[in-house]
Amino acid sequence: MNSLRALIVDDSSVMRKIVERSLRQAGIELNQVLEAGNGAEALAVLQGSQVDLILCDINMPVMDGLEFVKQLQALETAKGVPVIMITTEGSEAHVVQALSCGARGYIRKPFTAEQVKTQVIPALAGKA
Amino acid sequence: MSPLNDLLATPASREQSASLLELATREVFQLMLGTELSSAPPDANPHQEVTSMVGMAGQLCGVLSVRCEEKAALVMTSKMLGVEPGEVGAEMSDALGEICNMVAGNFKNKITGLGDGCMLSPPTVITGSDYITYSIADKPALEVRMLFEAMPVVISLEIHS
Repeated sequence: MNSLRALIVDDSSVMRKIVERSLRQAGIELNQVLEAGNGAEALAVLQGSQVDLILCDINMPVMDGLEFVKQLQALETAKGVPVIMITTEGSEAHVVQALSCGARGYIRKPFTAEQVKTQVIPALAGKA
Repeated sequence: MSPLNDLLATPASREQSASLLELATREVFQLMLGTELSSAPPDANPHQEVTSMVGMAGQLCGVLSVRCEEKAALVMTSKMLGVEPGEVGAEMSDALGEICNMVAGNFKNKITGLGDGCMLSPPTVITGSDYITYSIADKPALEVRMLFEAMPVVISLEIHS
């Protein structure tokens, strides 16, 4: 797999670091990691940068992850970019809601690097 | 009263809830910090505390808190960031808030029907121990005490009907 550019969206900077480390531990080669603290910041980042993968929390201030995924569909530069939700909200309803908004995968916190790999690899393959 | 608020009503339900709370906490420390928690004596109490709290609202109403010593909080943060404890700065509150949030989320996801019916508030983190909290909880708090690298960690769940 080629080296990827990833955008990690979470209002916790500590969690963003953990997600980045988990991606690397999962064997996913990253050549650039962009970060955003909420959905609105993430949309702003994507106005000026193209990424291959987005990992996004759901509960965030300003703009939550579900609204971000909805608005992402209209963003030309992000068309087809897989989004994986990572959140403590682990109910079936949340999973269905996230996937219906356009997310390609769903990871519940706490998680392992293996769980990240299980969600990210098929999502990236689906993009091709 | 919602049946879910009966989680602490009887000795048997309190024991079952305590087991789930302990399991939820152990999983968070194991998966996100790479650390196994050990059992603590009943009187294990942190000094120079950091307290993180998450509110729960919906079918289960209450507050879940995680208390530990500042030194323990620094080590927890260092493990989450993959740095030395001496390199930890302002991230400590963020890390403790996330730990509390994940314990609360993991706990509610282990209770059938609660995943959809209970919302979590953003975490609040307090440093220092010279404070008093007033709770509208109508049952004694459920407390689970464990040791993180020989330092006490107290997880407390207060529920009100």
